[in-house]
Amino acid sequence: MRIHCPHCGPRDYKEFRYGGDASKSRPAHGSTEMQAWYEYVFLFDNPKGPHREYWQHVLGCRQWFVLERNTATNVAGESSWPRAAGAG
Amino acid sequence: MTGGARRLEVGGRVDRKRSIRFTLDGRACSGFAGDTLASALLAQGTRIVGRSFKYHRPRGFLSAGVDEPNGLFTLGTAGRTTPNVPGTVIELTAGLAARCQNGWPSVRFDLLAVFSLLAPMLGAGFYYKTFMGPRRGSWEFYEPFIRRAAGLGRAVHQVDPDRYETRYAHTDVLVIGAGAAGLSAALAAGRAGARVLLVEQDFLLGGELLSGRGGETETWRGSIERELAGLPEVEVMARTTAFGLYDGNTVALLERRGHAQPDPQRGAAREVVTTVRAQAIVFATGATERPLVFLNNDLPGVMLAGAARSYLNRYAVLLGNTAVVASNNDSAWEAAIDLADAGSQVTLLEERAAVAGALQERARGAGVRTITGAVTRRALGRRGVHGVQFSVAGRLERLSCDLLCMSGGWSPAVHLTSHTGVKPVYRADIDAFVPGALAAGHFGAGAVIGACAWEQAVVGGEAAGIAAAGHAGAAGAAAVAVSAPHAAAATAAPVLRPPVGKAFLDFQNDVTTKDLLQAHQEGYESVEHLKRYTTLGMGTDQGKTSNINALRAMATLRGIDTPAAGTTTFRPPYTPVSIGALAGRSIGQHFRPVRRSPLHEWHAENGAVMIEAGPWLRPWYYRWAGQTPEGAYVEEMQLVRRGVGLSDVSSLGKIDVQGPDAAEFLNRLYVNDFASLAVGKARYGVMLNEDATVLDDGTSARFAETRYFMTTTTAQAGEVMSHLEFLLQTVWRELNVKVASLTDQWAGMAIAGPQARAALQLALPAQDLSDEALPFMGCRELEVAGMPLRILRLSFSGELAFELYVPAGYGIGLWEHLLASARRLGIRPYGLESLASLRIEKGHVAGLELDHRNTLDDLGLGKMARTSKPFIGRELRERSELRAAARWSLVGLECLEPRGRLRGGAILFAATDPVQGHGRGYITSVTWSTQLNRFIALGLYQGGLAQVGEEVVCAYPLKGENVRARIVSPVFIDPAGERLRV
Repeated sequence: MRIHCPHCGPRDYKEFRYGGDASKSRPAHGSTEMQAWYEYVFLFDNPKGPHREYWQHVLGCRQWFVLERNTATNVAGESSWPRAAGAG
Repeated sequence: MTGGARRLEVGGRVDRKRSIRFTLDGRACSGFAGDTLASALLAQGTRIVGRSFKYHRPRGFLSAGVDEPNGLFTLGTAGRTTPNVPGTVIELTAGLAARCQNGWPSVRFDLLAVFSLLAPMLGAGFYYKTFMGPRRGSWEFYEPFIRRAAGLGRAVHQVDPDRYETRYAHTDVLVIGAGAAGLSAALAAGRAGARVLLVEQDFLLGGELLSGRGGETETWRGSIERELAGLPEVEVMARTTAFGLYDGNTVALLERRGHAQPDPQRGAAREVVTTVRAQAIVFATGATERPLVFLNNDLPGVMLAGAARSYLNRYAVLLGNTAVVASNNDSAWEAAIDLADAGSQVTLLEERAAVAGALQERARGAGVRTITGAVTRRALGRRGVHGVQFSVAGRLERLSCDLLCMSGGWSPAVHLTSHTGVKPVYRADIDAFVPGALAAGHFGAGAVIGACAWEQAVVGGEAAGIAAAGHAGAAGAAAVAVSAPHAAAATAAPVLRPPVGKAFLDFQNDVTTKDLLQAHQEGYESVEHLKRYTTLGMGTDQGKTSNINALRAMATLRGIDTPAAGTTTFRPPYTPVSIGALAGRSIGQHFRPVRRSPLHEWHAENGAVMIEAGPWLRPWYYRWAGQTPEGAYVEEMQLVRRGVGLSDVSSLGKIDVQGPDAAEFLNRLYVNDFASLAVGKARYGVMLNEDATVLDDGTSARFAETRYFMTTTTAQAGEVMSHLEFLLQTVWRELNVKVASLTDQWAGMAIAGPQARAALQLALPAQDLSDEALPFMGCRELEVAGMPLRILRLSFSGELAFELYVPAGYGIGLWEHLLASARRLGIRPYGLESLASLRIEKGHVAGLELDHRNTLDDLGLGKMARTSKPFIGRELRERSELRAAARWSLVGLECLEPRGRLRGGAILFAATDPVQGHGRGYITSVTWSTQLNRFIALGLYQGGLAQVGEEVVCAYPLKGENVRARIVSPVFIDPAGERLRV
């Protein structure tokens, strides 16, 4: 599998690390809503098909970005910066 | 020299001027350049080359390619031994040393053939039913005997001296297979301007064309090969198997550089694995001929018709004077005609009642006697075929022969196309499975998609090559000229045959129609069950010749259509790949990279015994303190507790944190307060994961208003760095902070012991190192003789101590300066073992306790948390389960038995508990305490410090030890911390 790093371009997946579900937003820092934290940390969908994920180019520019990967075919699609993707 | 009794004087693709010597079971033999081991042995009249897996029946070569189930050999000697290589793919090279397998004392006279008499017992599921047995342990008893009697070649335990390589490649168009279709596709794509990689498992290009009579096809083959060689963007790799297709158009190639010993000293590799990424792939992988299923179809001298034709036309070996060709399709007629033309007396038994007139005409012209509507029933003979029994028009008849060729049609080699999950689909008109819907960028051509005639293959290959080049973005496209195609040959007619008696389906695994019947009767009728119950399709050939026949037979038994029976799952590798090739250079020291401290060379030259700690090589102990770790670490502990020692802590994670919001950032990260940390001070901090388990601990020193120097544990350095980057780049983008890893750029060392200040003062005489100037947890940034130096007054050992950090290049200089300056104080280096032991005495947690399962409170650090400010994990830390009083939490343990020793991983039981099950906790870290003169430990125990004073049993079942200990505070020395503040 090759992943398109938005900074460095297409690279072998071995240069990257996976960093979790990017479709979720972290509760505001300092939030005291236990339920919101519980959902953020422990509840995940397990979709078959397109999935927005955090990946980091650890052996390259070390940037975190959002990758759309198809969990059924393992095809790595679009990647984008977290802000542009509206994540976080 | 004729190169063997069965070698023809002329013809073929062997070079009669180049004789090649090799040995078989130590006997000297010879063949010609261009031979395979199989063709050279067949040329000299060798018939029996192996014994079958279960019954030890004599076996000869069935095929002439990678599908060979019978003729397996062990190549090479000592560490170069390679078992189970089909003789049909071994290119004959000078010095080749081959051995037969699975016969004792030899394959020609095999005493173990007695198993043949036991055959009625050895049916499907025999091993499981008999030896897994009602009594446990019976398999373990019988297994060694079974393995010795049944089986293939053996691997050796010696080190393989050869070198293997792995590499990566990119191409526009990858063409797999260099038969008519592949050659045509490669040329079309190359002419269109694409970068092309053409791979062929054989040592010659041409595929089935090589087995033909030459003439027109040979002229074409030669011209294409020449033109390909002249195209600069086309690379051709012969002796290269594409063995796996993976995600993202990635294909794994195995290139054999020869079993003739390459010279590893000169860097030559024996095998090379290439991971190639292609924009487009053309599968031109051809097809495999199927046997017919009749009694004794495994006798030596019974062979696939295409193989006999290949031995005749390619290797000039005529395998029989009186040949019978048993057929159900047109392709076998070509073999019959060629054999007759070469001088054999040939009878063709054709199952079909009607065959195209033109073909009959050609056969008659060649002198082939044909009998249509003839069903072959049985091969006659014991150690080799000498006749055949067949039925025609309701009568049983027999014929004498010394070669029995058979062809049950062709199975496209769909394996690679299905590796990514594309199921093959059945085509009734050719009675075979072809690739299912190919992904975008994948193309098929030639026999693999059922286009077997060479003209079809050339035209189809050309179209696939152009399409593939177009997919890869190549601009131009030009046609490959194909001269005068003649009429396409008729395809094979499907003949569904019920299993008759005991005839072999899978030659390598000795699976017969009888086993299939039994599997069906016992309910193992799905293809996946059938495979596992009978072992059909397993082994080194993975059922290349057997799968379709078996599926068809099972479908017939079940009364369903062949496609409804389905196929088994094809997985890589297509043909066997040696572990050495997959490992490449990643062996021994290269298995994984080693990280070395900037002080490594000093340690190496000054008596350090090194140990792997994660990826790092660190000094374990120094020889000045003893010759064994047990003796040395205690000596080194004494040094630090009584005098002064120096240790290398360069492996600690070191992170530079800078920016206007750096203070706020650290305050969010750590559970304790960092906003109030003054410039010139350092603080111990703990970070939690989002779920409130402990992520890491370490110190951060504030060298300026907006600049911090963070250290992490060695083990979590990478994890923490990624964590910080994640937070800054995705979660808290509003914070103006930058982080950079300094781990490799800075060397770190700790000077510790009651004499530490005196020692450091000797090394840095101009600096004021007094308690007032540099108090406990103080930090200073200096420049000493042009060298940037960071001093942090922290302690891991519990003694007065300083951590010193300098750019890596100054590391050894400072280290040696410290040792030399403080020599009269008796300063010595100490290693990882004593470093870890000192911290246990002090009750500091480290990697063994920070296992991502324990909370702050579990580790006795709960009171560090500043809950008035938000920090990562603050809310989830309040979950009631994490607050339960019965949680396992940190305690100290003191051994109560003078001769007993505590061990890491020991299970803790209350004194009144039965010693069984998971206990109430476990020991994480152990050391001999020089202060208490006994073994002490840190561990996690139910209820934690509420149990202080209780006696426990430390069970270590691996050594049968149950040792008594007492729960105590984890801080064994100086609980008030007075030694730190002098």
